[in-house]
Amino acid sequence: MPNLAFDTAHLLAGGLVLISFMLLYQDRLTSLLNVYALHALVLALSVAWQAHLQNAPHLYVTAGLALGFKAIIIPVALRRIIERLGIHREIETVVGIGPTMLAGMALVGLSMVVMLRVTAAATPIARQDLAFALAVVLLGLLMMVTRRNAVSQVVGFMSLENGLNLAATGARGMPLVVEISVAFSILIAFIVIGIFLFRIRERFDTVDIGALDQARGEHR
Amino acid sequence: MALIRDLIVQFFEMSLVLVLAPGLVGLVRKAKARLTRRRGASLLQPYRDLLRLLRKEVVLAENASWLFRVAPYLIFATTWVAAALVPTFATGLLFSWSADLIAVIALLASARFFLALAGMDVGTSFGGIGSSREVMIASLAEPAMLTTVFTLALVAGSTQLSTIVAFMNSPAVGLSVSLGLALFALIIVAIAENARIPVDNPATHLELTMVHEAMVLEYSGRHLALIELASALKLLLYVSLIACIFAPWGLAGAQADAIALLIGAGAYVGKLAVGGVLLAVFETAIAKMRVFRVPQFIGVALMLGLLGTLLRFVSRSF
Repeated sequence: MPNLAFDTAHLLAGGLVLISFMLLYQDRLTSLLNVYALHALVLALSVAWQAHLQNAPHLYVTAGLALGFKAIIIPVALRRIIERLGIHREIETVVGIGPTMLAGMALVGLSMVVMLRVTAAATPIARQDLAFALAVVLLGLLMMVTRRNAVSQVVGFMSLENGLNLAATGARGMPLVVEISVAFSILIAFIVIGIFLFRIRERFDTVDIGALDQARGEHR
Repeated sequence: MALIRDLIVQFFEMSLVLVLAPGLVGLVRKAKARLTRRRGASLLQPYRDLLRLLRKEVVLAENASWLFRVAPYLIFATTWVAAALVPTFATGLLFSWSADLIAVIALLASARFFLALAGMDVGTSFGGIGSSREVMIASLAEPAMLTTVFTLALVAGSTQLSTIVAFMNSPAVGLSVSLGLALFALIIVAIAENARIPVDNPATHLELTMVHEAMVLEYSGRHLALIELASALKLLLYVSLIACIFAPWGLAGAQADAIALLIGAGAYVGKLAVGGVLLAVFETAIAKMRVFRVPQFIGVALMLGLLGTLLRFVSRSF
């Protein structure tokens, strides 16, 4: 087994990119949430592997946070939200899945080209983690752009944050304070977005973002 | 002397795939029947069907051209040659110098080309629908297959099957996410190409869902027997391709003796049985999808192949 450390890190980070694509592919909200939980689980595994490699015990805390908050609490909470809103069957995308996938591939290619050029001095594991992390961030942004349903936009935002986490752990040394504060700010953002979801729903009887444009008097 | 030995081994391989192909189809049918709590026909039923078809006379449509009569032989021949190129139980076969993955894809593609032509030859609207759908599926599945091959070639350093298999058997493989993606892409392509359940239903003659059966509807007698045998061979080819690339254990080496060859053949039959049962479980667990969903399904394979290539570039650049 040549270089098991690198290969495992590569496998986990590559798996994260792949699950980002699976998020883009889903067209049901419940399966979207399941895949998001998987995304967070793989992130937790990846962070734990980095902790093992770098001999950094505080990264285990990060992994635990990722596992507890993102893989369990947030998906369960989101599921309860969509059940209360009664929208667990619908999703509509702005463009079809095919063009979205192609755009995603282009973004992945872009992030590889950029990151591998820029980080020539870093260690191999950090380099590939950064490249994959940028890909995950861009795919999260793409997901927020291509979905009109507010809940799936939230999921896109959360997966983007997972990408940031991957970059931070790969780059050897995000202090634990920063990590915890980032996790909590994400949680607060999640709560705020959740409240907004209910407000939007009360106001317009739908969580389709298109309704907001109509309310502002814009025309598509 | 060595040449004669190689010839014998290669001939044994070619006859082995021919003999095993209907058995694999029978096994998949039997397993599917058992999974739905039916008894199912015996494993030998496909052989009996083929023998019966061979004995029956050929009924030709009045306006069938020479192409219609030639096509079954061409389809069968190209598929058989493609199956002979795959290292099923030994890597050092006589044909292995030409056993390039791209050559295998090209052989299968030419078989499909003749099948689509034959479907349109008689001029029934049914055959036309079948041909157009087959070509639509193929136009998506072939790029996916090629990108998968590129991934494999990047990992193993060659598109030649025996080199890839030797590389996969060595400890240099390591743990690679690209190979996992390639495996899934290859499975999706295999399902689509063999007209298995989420894409096409091989057990039905229902018009709305027919792809493969619609094209061969006009065939009878020995022509139909050859086409059925060719499609069984194609299924066997894909299963043994996946088995030899991703589970190359027990394969005999280049200059193996008779015992190693026998072990290889036994392992090969075992792998085929496992593959057939897995296919049956998958087909039972999933529902047939609409024709217009098929491009998305195969698009996943294309995406996986591309992603595998991209990820490979990252780990290669160190």
